[in-house]
Amino acid sequence: MSDKVNIAIDVRDAVKRYGDFTALKKISLSIMDNEFFTLLGPSGCGKTTLLRMIAGFEAVTEGAIYLYGDEIENLPPNKRPVNTVFQNYALFPHMTILDNVAFGLEMRGKSKSEARTKAGEMLELVQLSQFSARKPSQLSGGQQQRVALARALAPQPKVLLLDEPLSALDLKLRKAMQLELKHLQRETGITFIFVTHDQEEALTMSDRIAVMSAGELQQLGAPTDIYERPHNMFVADFIGETNLLEVSVDGIENGRATCHLGGGHELTCNAVEGVGIGSTVHMSIRPERLYMSETPVETEGLHGRIKENIFVGTDITTIVQLDEGPDFVVRTSNSDRGNKRIFEPGVEMFVNMELGAARLLVD
Amino acid sequence: MASKQFDIKSYTGFKGITLLCLVILYAPLVVVTIYSFNASQSLTNWEGVSLRWYADVFIGPESGKFKTAAKNSFIIAIIAATTATAIATLAATGMVRGGKFRFRTLSFGLISLPLMVPEIVLAVATLIFFNSIGFERGLLTILLAHIAFCIPFAYLPISARMQGIEDSYEQAALDLYATKRQAFTKILLPLMMPGIISGFLLAFIVSLDDFIITNFVKGAGVETLPTAIFGSVKQGIKPNIMAISTMLLSVSIVMVTISYFVSKTDNTK
Repeated sequence: MSDKVNIAIDVRDAVKRYGDFTALKKISLSIMDNEFFTLLGPSGCGKTTLLRMIAGFEAVTEGAIYLYGDEIENLPPNKRPVNTVFQNYALFPHMTILDNVAFGLEMRGKSKSEARTKAGEMLELVQLSQFSARKPSQLSGGQQQRVALARALAPQPKVLLLDEPLSALDLKLRKAMQLELKHLQRETGITFIFVTHDQEEALTMSDRIAVMSAGELQQLGAPTDIYERPHNMFVADFIGETNLLEVSVDGIENGRATCHLGGGHELTCNAVEGVGIGSTVHMSIRPERLYMSETPVETEGLHGRIKENIFVGTDITTIVQLDEGPDFVVRTSNSDRGNKRIFEPGVEMFVNMELGAARLLVD
Repeated sequence: MASKQFDIKSYTGFKGITLLCLVILYAPLVVVTIYSFNASQSLTNWEGVSLRWYADVFIGPESGKFKTAAKNSFIIAIIAATTATAIATLAATGMVRGGKFRFRTLSFGLISLPLMVPEIVLAVATLIFFNSIGFERGLLTILLAHIAFCIPFAYLPISARMQGIEDSYEQAALDLYATKRQAFTKILLPLMMPGIISGFLLAFIVSLDDFIITNFVKGAGVETLPTAIFGSVKQGIKPNIMAISTMLLSVSIVMVTISYFVSKTDNTK
């Protein structure tokens, strides 16, 4: 990190305790300026707590949070140049849409007319100008969500915090909003910190993702890093679908580890730091990076028998039982069916793995 | 919708008991109201419709006494209800937004205790208190007593309302650069308003109608409407009492109706 100025939010050894319960265990992470950053994890992992600490609604028990180099611990929420899009939107029900959006600007000392003009522009940005005189209850969920977004963006915060803002929307609307949010982030150039438990949402929108579990940071990286190179069991299991296999590492040579997965099956993959010879660990292989053939394509073809084919629209999921070994899930894209073979249940074949598909995990 | 089998209306005696209860509750009020329009001097003989007893209340021999009493009653009710509502609003804010503090249950008990204690006990206690501190009885003692016993009546609708307001609204206000004071006045207070109005009206009615406590703590010669009516009745019931009771009843009905509709308007939706 040569220039610290580019760090929007710097969380250093932040701990949050509620009585005996520790919600956050020493989290450190840096969120870059102009970044779409996602805190991802199951409920109770501490992601919302961390967001609320940045917003100023929760005090930091230990450690510190810096906003563009300034410590913000002693600033109340109304003195922090960050705004929040709340999970339930929290639009003021007794005010019109326009007044809702103008609220933050007025509180920052803008005149009523100035605030309203700016609020009007924000409503235009989210394409809701025609609703400015309505009350929040007269809008649909998706529209309310956009108002909440406009309201939080209107005072031009340095950082925008989004607390699972899409969770109340139906699937189609959610997908549309994901793209809209991403575009809005690019247009405004404001740093977004997005909290979600939906891994697909996180992968779609984020520049970087922090995967959290039980109050701890599990892995931090770009979506492809997290998906392709999960660091541990939790990340591999939580992000996407994967084959988790227990393997014993028999040898490591030239950065490649030779692993046994029972039933005499052997695989080689890249060695990772923290996993030595003789250890029994887990290996993750994404089902879409496996394919089937009649004869082994490489030396690592695993012999087995088809148990079941499941048609899921875009893909066909095949469950394979290896000889005296574990079950494998293989996913074949419907569009790949010309190149990749689908076998009938009961047929014996080989499961092959694309290069680099297997990943050893630190438990 | 409940299925027909469990429809309470199908139970034997449902209609009879309902009617009986309604009659017991409201027949006296209906009779008083009807006979307040009686042209006769007698309480029981109907001699045709007339407004003479209403006129009697305003210009009859007792009109001066009633006017002074009514003025006292309304002044006390307005001031007592306003003060009690302000205190109850603050109490509700503290109780609902104060988080879990140590004496929360105890505090709630203390606030609502006057509703449970027999009014006569409250009346005697208040009287003894004023006597022991040497407070001379008069309008002011009535007012202070009314403020005290009106607080729980104002508190209940206000705190009920407040419990329905999520604290994320205030958080959103704080997040949007409002000070705590602005978050209270611009967001919380408007959202609480239906509860506050409802609480005010309830307190107003309770104060206006109160007899027992007022009778104990009032000074000699100071009357409110209920004590004045009682004084009149002691000298024999005249039809003008029915007229004045009917008017008091109408005020109550109007207030309770407004209170009902206000509390039903939900400005959080």
